[in-house]
Amino acid sequence: MSEAAPLLQVDGLRKYFPVRGGLFRRVVAQVRAVDDVTLQLRRGQTFGLVGESGCGKSTLGRSIIRLQEPTGGRVLLDGTDITRLGRQALLPYRRRMQMIFQDPYASLSPRRTVAQTLREPLDIHQIGTPKEREHQVSQLLDVVGMSARVLNRYPHEFSGGQRQRIGIARALSLKPDLIVADEPVSALDVSVQSQILNLIADLQREHGIAFLFIAHDLAVIQHVSDVVGVMYLGKLVEVADATALYSSPKHPYTRALMSAIPQPEPGSGRQRIMLEGDVPSPMNPPSGCPFHTRCPDAMAKCAELTPQFTNLGSERSPHAVSCHLYGHDS
Amino acid sequence: MTATPLLKVTDLAIEFSTPQGRVRAVDGISFDVYENETLGIVGESGCGKTVTGLSLLGLIPSPPGRIAAGSIELAGRNLAKLDEAAMREVRGGEISMIFQEPMTALNPVFTVASQMTDVIIRHKGLTRAQARREAIDMLGKVGIPAPARRLDDYPHQMSGGMRQRVMIAMALACGPKLLVADEPTTALDVTTQAQVIELIGQLQREFRMAVILITHDLGVVAETCQRALVMYCGRIAEQAQIEPLFRSPRHPYTHGLLDSIPRIRDQRLTQLPTIAGRVPDLLNLPPGCRFADRCTRAQEDCRTAEPELTQAGQSAFACYHPIGHQPAEPVA
Repeated sequence: MSEAAPLLQVDGLRKYFPVRGGLFRRVVAQVRAVDDVTLQLRRGQTFGLVGESGCGKSTLGRSIIRLQEPTGGRVLLDGTDITRLGRQALLPYRRRMQMIFQDPYASLSPRRTVAQTLREPLDIHQIGTPKEREHQVSQLLDVVGMSARVLNRYPHEFSGGQRQRIGIARALSLKPDLIVADEPVSALDVSVQSQILNLIADLQREHGIAFLFIAHDLAVIQHVSDVVGVMYLGKLVEVADATALYSSPKHPYTRALMSAIPQPEPGSGRQRIMLEGDVPSPMNPPSGCPFHTRCPDAMAKCAELTPQFTNLGSERSPHAVSCHLYGHDS
Repeated sequence: MTATPLLKVTDLAIEFSTPQGRVRAVDGISFDVYENETLGIVGESGCGKTVTGLSLLGLIPSPPGRIAAGSIELAGRNLAKLDEAAMREVRGGEISMIFQEPMTALNPVFTVASQMTDVIIRHKGLTRAQARREAIDMLGKVGIPAPARRLDDYPHQMSGGMRQRVMIAMALACGPKLLVADEPTTALDVTTQAQVIELIGQLQREFRMAVILITHDLGVVAETCQRALVMYCGRIAEQAQIEPLFRSPRHPYTHGLLDSIPRIRDQRLTQLPTIAGRVPDLLNLPPGCRFADRCTRAQEDCRTAEPELTQAGQSAFACYHPIGHQPAEPVA
């Protein structure tokens, strides 16, 4: 394997949910939650995935680590196709991929103490002797900035920020190579949010973990990401280095998204790109470019032809955009 | 400001009985709201901002809650002393409220038509047919396409952004003088949020009403409000016009809050500024300033007595050691 081989390679991943209806509960439609997504993530890096609710970003994250079974496409971890591995064969790979969830109130079992929650993964994967596991659990708490005195407490005794720390400790317990973090800070207050973001950044530096970081907040995504992907209606529409994407966003959707964020600077006098209407239903996505129904720059062909990715960056630092404004065929 | 305020809140305290004892969720706050003005109330969860908003409409669940002290004067009348029947006339008439989650605030088993016409008939005494025409008119104003047809929809048939528009239409149907908006855009996506913020501003100008915008999002406040209160732990930490509040915050909490917002920057930071520690337990407050334990500027005096909100220059703040000095009086 060449040195440049990515830790995670996702090829044309699709996840469709069947919609059943009628007398015999037949499949009457498909919700295309994730539709042909390709991305790469290198070791120790963060891929920031941003988009509005219902764009499929969470489903993409869950399909990658196979919490949900993909409908099509491939996921390669360190060059191994894990998409069709059976339960037993998947186990060693699952250990290398962990998840942090959005809601720290719902993602911890209310009936388990902190010690039990943190020990479970170590027990399942039979790591070390029971004595060593106990030691490791206290160490994990230390890593996320909590005292070992809380080991026998239950989740309801903690604040949202502390619960999220426990969730992070659980994800770290198996020393994963990849963590999928699905909106890990959006349920937290700003002052706590920045504490958790700093913690994640520290852990990444120290342990060289790669993150797929999913969020709807573009500012949060910029803060954590090396590479950013913008998703709309199940498809990636723009992928670039964070610096390139934020300094010169290309896709009309990315630009609208950026201009819509309220800035905590009075009188900043920015021109806002106001999008009309709502996101179309993924059950019945528009023809051609999925964004054409709301796009301020839409042309006639946008309704007919699905745009392909064009690289507007360099070979080394690609800036991929899927939009007819930049197509070669125009 | 010399004009008489539309709403004058004085020393308001709101108490809740809990199994562990009585808790003051709001502890002696005073503020004014003027006609045609948007006042922001910002703070993190549990600071008392929502409870303050609810109290203005007499919506504090009682028991366990009650207004323990203070007055809420709307155009000279003390709402804190009104009984439920009189309050019902005020609510939806003179003061309206919109909530964070339009799905839970609208009744799922009634059509938009029946929910809207009920309000209009009650407060304006119109017939059902007249009320229906007004409702269609209002839905059109909030930007619902084909309002005559959407009026007979149930809430679940609409998207989140549309439901929020319906709620705004209902709140404004009787031309209130004051609109209390509690996190009206928090449940919405940024592109929809931008639409709804724009809409509230536009309707405010049209109806010349006062708006109290309760939110945790300082970005939304900067873009929509003229003035804001920053609340911490049931007290007002700082109160000022938007410009000075954001450009030169005096209270260390306001400063910390502004600093810790992740914002799009030219350069990626390695560390985000944070406010260390967490909000104290309302049942077990420290003796002095409630922010002292998390404050980098705290000194001995901060831990003995609680600072009062005092006006200095362009802002009012409750802090013994505020940030920055007032520039010397310019020589006229």
